[in-house]
Amino acid sequence: MTKKPRILVVDDEAAMRESLRDWLMEDDYEVGVAGSGPEAIAMAKDKKWEVILLDLKMPGMDGLETLSHLRRVDPEAEVLMMTAYATVDTAVKAMKQGAFDYLVKPFYPDEIEIQIKKIVEHRELVLENILLRKKLEEKYHYGEIIGKSDAMQEIFDLIARVAPTDSTVLITGESGTGKELIAQAIHAHSPRSYNPFIAVSCGALPESLLESELFGYEKGAFTGADHTKRGRFELAHGGTLFLDEIGDITLKTQVDLLRVLQERTFRRLGGQELVKVDVRIVAATNRDLKEAIKKNEFREDLYYRLNVISLHVPPLRDRREDIPLLTETFLRKYCLELNKEEVRISPSALRLLMEYDWPGNVRELQNVMERALVIGRGKEIVEEDLPFSRERLSTDPYPKSLKIMEKMHIERILEESEWNVSRAARALDIDRQTLYNKMEKYQIKRRIP
Amino acid sequence: MVPVGIVDKDFIAYVAEAVQARCGLPCKIFVPMGNPVHAYDRKRRQYNSRSLLQHLMQCCPREILSFIGVTSMDLYVPVLKYVYGLAQMDGRCCIVSLHRLDPQFYGHPPDPHLYRARIEKTVVHELGHCLGLTHCRDRRCVMYSSTTIEHTDYKQADLCPTCIELFKWHLERRLAGA
Repeated sequence: MTKKPRILVVDDEAAMRESLRDWLMEDDYEVGVAGSGPEAIAMAKDKKWEVILLDLKMPGMDGLETLSHLRRVDPEAEVLMMTAYATVDTAVKAMKQGAFDYLVKPFYPDEIEIQIKKIVEHRELVLENILLRKKLEEKYHYGEIIGKSDAMQEIFDLIARVAPTDSTVLITGESGTGKELIAQAIHAHSPRSYNPFIAVSCGALPESLLESELFGYEKGAFTGADHTKRGRFELAHGGTLFLDEIGDITLKTQVDLLRVLQERTFRRLGGQELVKVDVRIVAATNRDLKEAIKKNEFREDLYYRLNVISLHVPPLRDRREDIPLLTETFLRKYCLELNKEEVRISPSALRLLMEYDWPGNVRELQNVMERALVIGRGKEIVEEDLPFSRERLSTDPYPKSLKIMEKMHIERILEESEWNVSRAARALDIDRQTLYNKMEKYQIKRRIP
Repeated sequence: MVPVGIVDKDFIAYVAEAVQARCGLPCKIFVPMGNPVHAYDRKRRQYNSRSLLQHLMQCCPREILSFIGVTSMDLYVPVLKYVYGLAQMDGRCCIVSLHRLDPQFYGHPPDPHLYRARIEKTVVHELGHCLGLTHCRDRRCVMYSSTTIEHTDYKQADLCPTCIELFKWHLERRLAGA
């Protein structure tokens, strides 16, 4: 802390508080004075005080009661209790209530100086600790999102830039890539972080249920509606609403959603009153919405409303360098949960993990690690503990996923065509534009050796 | 400079010379003030430095840049057990006590050289406050906060380079305003 702390002196005796104020001002502290508990509380609400020197014996609201209020108003302020009537009992009470220390008046000039220095050092240590942790976290972790690959570092950077704004975000990526974690990270680093984060799985619910989930209903709106229920939009008021699998909602729900996004108001099912909401929208999908628009399955106007900021999460196979870090994290997590002693992964097993294509992405890796820990016998995860083998990976040219098969096939044909797109399109029996679209969809790029 | 109560003349003369030498300003010695009985606290057996300071402020001649009261009596402020001195921050008056600067106070043999050095540093320190200087982090600077006598002995009687600059700036401002 390069700036000196602001100090509030609370004492009902004017001579005491003024002499302390004058003394502290010689040290260039910014000093405020209060003559009573209520005055101190009002001043603490108005301005941040790093240190509060609080007299114990005051008429009306005494020091202990004032301390209790101050801890609620500003938990970070450090309070030094002062009294000329020290007893063990009051000292213990004060410390239990969160006082930093206890001084007996009159004190030696260096006593107060030492205490303030202790507080300053303590705060600097706490702040340094927070900053160091943040630095460590930010480097390879963003909350629970883990990754040291360039792709993930770019995502962390984008989250940092996007989070403080109120802009709508559309997160795209395959299933299991951590889209909800990213939405949570955006919320956690936004000014809305102290308000709710409400998630809705739009793909999991039929249209009628989704509507009542999102917008709520009035009592009597339909059979079984025996009370008024607030929907997710209302529950997320002031916070963030995460709309997962947004690509799977019906056109009717898209219209309702578009209206809310445009006007920031809606009516509950069966309701007359317009409800106003202040929410930040983060949406996610594993569908190609542009394709869906072409097929008239998704509204273009809603797409542009949602796609203000676009964030694409790459599949795990495109960031294999993150696999060791993810593996380590999951091993640690499940060892703790399963109450197991530290388990390592053998180099050959790790190599196998690096070679696998991960159609289920990070979620699949997480499941594989949990399974391996449960069935594994030794202190090391070996190849046999994994649900796939080297032979299967090398001899099985036919992955189960259609998308992966299509991507692998396109890559092979492009290689054979020496990356001549026209030639490759003819070989694939599709037009050039379709091939370009698929290359963009699967992020197929020519690898320069 | 004004003695408050009974103060050794030699010390007063020494301090006046030292202040003149260090600040480059003439230092006049005024007629001593009587014992300030109104400032005496019987319970504490000390004199209230704030009361003394207020008295000095009332008596301070207009043409004076700084009015330094020097006393042999033990001083306190209500919240502290004792003070070596008290100054009007960025004001004109300050009061310095010689009581706890005497090596004999700590049970040590008389040491006039050490005693004078301590007085000089304390006066210059309080004068610095009068001219607007706050405490300095440099332990060797005379503006370092002396909460114990060891601090006083460790530091020098000079201002550090930063405090010198600030001192000059404050002085110029004060003289321009006078």
